[in-house]
Amino acid sequence: MKATARITAVAEAGRTRLVTLRSEPPLLVRRTGPRHAAGEVEVHLVGGAAGPLGGDRLRIEVTVGPGARLCVRTVAASLALPGPRWPERAGPRSPADTQSTLDIHATVAAGGSLRWLPEPLIAARGCDHVSRSLVDLESDASLTWREEVVCGRHGEDPGDASLHSTVRLGGRTLARQDLAVGPRACGWAGPAVLGGGRATGTLLVVDPLWTEKPPEAAVLGPGAARMPLAGGPAALAAAVGGDLREVRAALDRAFT
Amino acid sequence: MSTTLLLLADGRFPAGGHAHSGGLEAAVTAGRVRDLETLAAFLDGRLATAGLVAAAFAAAACRGGDTSTLDSEMDARTPSPALRKASRAQGRALLRAGRTLWTLSTVERELHHPVALGVVAAAAGLAPEEAALTAAYGTVTGPASAAVRLLGLDPYATHALVARLARDCDAVARRAARVATVDELPACSAPLLDIGAEAHASWEVRLFAS
Repeated sequence: MKATARITAVAEAGRTRLVTLRSEPPLLVRRTGPRHAAGEVEVHLVGGAAGPLGGDRLRIEVTVGPGARLCVRTVAASLALPGPRWPERAGPRSPADTQSTLDIHATVAAGGSLRWLPEPLIAARGCDHVSRSLVDLESDASLTWREEVVCGRHGEDPGDASLHSTVRLGGRTLARQDLAVGPRACGWAGPAVLGGGRATGTLLVVDPLWTEKPPEAAVLGPGAARMPLAGGPAALAAAVGGDLREVRAALDRAFT
Repeated sequence: MSTTLLLLADGRFPAGGHAHSGGLEAAVTAGRVRDLETLAAFLDGRLATAGLVAAAFAAAACRGGDTSTLDSEMDARTPSPALRKASRAQGRALLRAGRTLWTLSTVERELHHPVALGVVAAAAGLAPEEAALTAAYGTVTGPASAAVRLLGLDPYATHALVARLARDCDAVARRAARVATVDELPACSAPLLDIGAEAHASWEVRLFAS
């Protein structure tokens, strides 16, 4: 399946309004939640089908205008699965035929705020998934960006999944992370990368209020830390754990 | 073949590398690395992540890439302040040593270690792939020799692990040297190296600086 979802939020008279909400199966976007006191508007991505499956090409575009406040969540974890069996008569297959991809491009204008809090990606056995996120922040924009991966369903070895994320602030690279798990990734389960942990996640927070003083580095437990970044008013919390619950608990308390 | 390459890659090159364990001390204390088998897995993961990133940055700097751009791109790939500090300390020591041996193209005194390595390699007349190889090799030999001290492992068996990684190390260097633009520079993360480095920096007593 090939699909693009688009969400555009703008501020009008001090309130955030969704001016674009484009869904395309399996990416269905629904406005949810009450209007928060802070004026943040919340939307959920509702999975219209299992997946992503090998061969899927998914794209999500998020635009937050000056002063607008948007929160994007998903109703459930995404489960990356291998694609349908490749028919022999179709000839040799290329990675493009069997790989699933998710491209996310978000832009947040000055004074805008985006909280991207999806449920995790579960890399099921045999999957071949690539997720690429590019976030462009104007200086003075706020961001909360969560990424979590679970390596396989219960008792299952994961397929290949790689997550590439880039966050730019005022045109300069603030954070770049590429995480790869699965049989093609070398040493990913070993003690330098996940150390046998089946789940990992990061929570990146960019807050213009931290320009003078970002949060200090802190060890949040044996498998988690909060780390102020070099390139701006931002910090990254990273966690590795036996399961998602452990990782989520560490990320949830990282900035409180 | 080049003696200069051997000189720069030699652990006895006076750039302070021996003071750093490449994250191994934290991994040993956390119980994640205990023996040869877990050390081998640690080295695999470090070479594939920090090793590839360091090799690509060293090659890019050696090729004459803008050092301040490369340095801030390296910052963006190093979320851990403890690792940024360790990388800059090693970069500073390497620039100081390199400047007394060769004529460097930059007046900078402090760069991330892989960027400094590329600059020094270029000044020494090495090619980008040789700079990449030196960087990749350093990311495994540092923790390997630290393992002998921290775990009392047999030095022969430990060196056998490094020898077994030779082909992977060559492959990482070749891949790193093929990176053509700043956007293509890899950013392979190793969450436990970051988290371990932060824990390590919080200790009052430690054998290695990082």
